[in-house]
Amino acid sequence: MRYITARKRAIGKGSAHTGTEHHWSMTVSAVALAFLVPTWVYVFGHALGQDYDTVRATFARPFPSILTAMVLVVGMRHFAKGATMMIEDYARGTARKLCIIAAYSISSVIVATGLYALVKIAL
Amino acid sequence: MANTNQAGVKRVERPLSPHLQIYRPQLTSFTSILTRITGNALIVGVALAVWWLLAAAVSPAYFAVANAVCTSWFGDLVFTGSAWAVWYHYLAGLRHLYFDAGKGLDVATAEKLGWGVIIGSVVLTVLTIVIV
Repeated sequence: MRYITARKRAIGKGSAHTGTEHHWSMTVSAVALAFLVPTWVYVFGHALGQDYDTVRATFARPFPSILTAMVLVVGMRHFAKGATMMIEDYARGTARKLCIIAAYSISSVIVATGLYALVKIAL
Repeated sequence: MANTNQAGVKRVERPLSPHLQIYRPQLTSFTSILTRITGNALIVGVALAVWWLLAAAVSPAYFAVANAVCTSWFGDLVFTGSAWAVWYHYLAGLRHLYFDAGKGLDVATAEKLGWGVIIGSVVLTVLTIVIV
């Protein structure tokens, strides 16, 4: 007979060694993306293949620009956390740490680049 | 296999997720792993799209280069693949939210939803290509 609760025995035994905040964060960003992504696919799909001036005119408008910014910020956070979940399942120790840092770095570079482009086109 | 940690307690070496050694391939596990693959692979399409946007912000000459790559067979391959990946991940994500609500977890319903995700993603990809 062990005088310890089932919860105490379970804590830290998952592959991530942490609680439910990560999963909840993925749920919240998933719901946001469920609204953002179909709209963005339509906007981006229409812009792709157009000439230089048309593309700039599209992303100079508030709606496509703000939508793209939101897709990038929310989407890349969703990606970084999702990639982290995958890495935590397959890698351990230093490799795990380096992979997670790389995933967050790639996401940050993409968000920064995208926002820079949007601001430059808008101005 | 067992080794001993610093506290002197024997630890069992457990297999890492997703326990491929003991899993028989089935629709539910296949659709689940595909969710992970599509989600992570989408970084390629996003990176290409953002590079194209950066080029549009920088100069007409740079845009000509990025646009040529994005509208080449390589660009078509990446963006068509990304369209399918995004729709697959989208539907699988909705299914995940449904599962999280504690619904549709019996095998028959889960497999039906699995087929729904696979067929739905193909239909939406074709629609995307037609409309966009």
